Amino acid sequence: MATGDVKLIGSWASVFVMRARIALNLKSISYEFLQETYGTKSELLLKSNPVHKKMPVLIHADKPVCESNIIVQYIDEAWSSYGPSILPSQPYDRAIARFWAAYVDDKWFIALRSILTARGEEEKKAAIAEVEERTDHLEKAFIDCSNGKPFFNGDHIGYLDIALGSFLGWWKVVELDASHILLDETKTPSLFKWAERFCNDPAVKPLMPETAKLAEFARKLFPKPEA
Amino acid sequence: MAEEVILLDYWASMFGMRTRIALEEKGVKYEYREEDLSNKSSLLLEMNPIHKKIPVLIHNGKPICESIIQVQYIDEVWPHTNPILPADPFQRAQARFWSDYIDKKTGGPCKALQRETGEKQEAAKMEFIEVLKTLDSELGDKSFFGGNEFRLVDIAFIGFYSWFRTYEVVGNFSIVAEFPKLIAWAERCLKRESVAKVLPDSDKVLKSVSDYRKKILGIN
Repeated sequence: MATGDVKLIGSWASVFVMRARIALNLKSISYEFLQETYGTKSELLLKSNPVHKKMPVLIHADKPVCESNIIVQYIDEAWSSYGPSILPSQPYDRAIARFWAAYVDDKWFIALRSILTARGEEEKKAAIAEVEERTDHLEKAFIDCSNGKPFFNGDHIGYLDIALGSFLGWWKVVELDASHILLDETKTPSLFKWAERFCNDPAVKPLMPETAKLAEFARKLFPKPEA
Repeated sequence: MAEEVILLDYWASMFGMRTRIALEEKGVKYEYREEDLSNKSSLLLEMNPIHKKIPVLIHNGKPICESIIQVQYIDEVWPHTNPILPADPFQRAQARFWSDYIDKKTGGPCKALQRETGEKQEAAKMEFIEVLKTLDSELGDKSFFGGNEFRLVDIAFIGFYSWFRTYEVVGNFSIVAEFPKLIAWAERCLKRESVAKVLPDSDKVLKSVSDYRKKILGIN
């Protein structure tokens, strides 16, 4: 369902770009995907996001929208009559979804990334412990938000599912890199089952990168220091 | 139905000021509770166990944390007066972007400006000046960041105005001289009842920071 001029600047490997693509899929919006080349930033990216110079950038009718969670909210509002709602309908539930999405970016992701950048075993162990503690908070958040339903957002995937679920590819890559399970079926059983449901959602499935391909890309992005 | 609205806050917090301004804009009656940040109340720790920070808005017993999230919540629960977010989706995205920018870019430098000296403080000052330049450019010739109307980004940034004198003194530079447009914007905002009521006296903020630097950090 083409609905005007929609472009998305991004990369197949980016978690943040995936959020925007899942949202566009949920609303059945066709768009032109402008794949950035690794190591360079296109002129269009720099012109459309002069403040942060980062992807994703959604360009709708020549107007740029930046920051993945803001893009997802924009997609939900600009195409509010298309497909299911991405944000919850009640103000309190929206506040909770926004809170945890911010937690994912500001606390959880930072901890996950520090496993990849850890120098030495001590630093790695500390980073792993932090991820485990923060994942535990997200397990509790899932139980509270989902209220017995399959997703954070209830019956359908929504804002918080997208915010956290987009990390699942990288989550697996970091597990392999750390040789340590980070999404544990026994420690966080609700999240574990949610992850499988999320990855199988039709809006998500075509976008989730292959672990091997992503792992190879990760080695480029986070090279290991010389022994 | 009786609404119970409680705000756990700290008088000088530019984040808490956002929530207070939003509540005032909407004419919502609320109970303000001052927190001693060196001795946080059990209610604060119970209502914000993840971050243990102010402000915490408690509406009919349910906590909402993070100031920009609180402001959006207030706008959604009490939509009929003084809208805070614009109606148009693109304008809303712009408002969220700039509030997010302020949050991402001021945290580090503002803290360091308060607490550091020498090179670290100088670097923080330069970073903060870059942020002011960007915001000055974004404001342009508009009366408010929201255009003709006082809106989200204005609410997000106006609290910082009460800290300008503090930054000027500890950082030894003049925001008034370098950013007259931002000062004019702040003075326009201060004409609003909500802002005039909420913003603390700049000298009071300066004194509290100077005392902190002297007593806790040993800086004169």
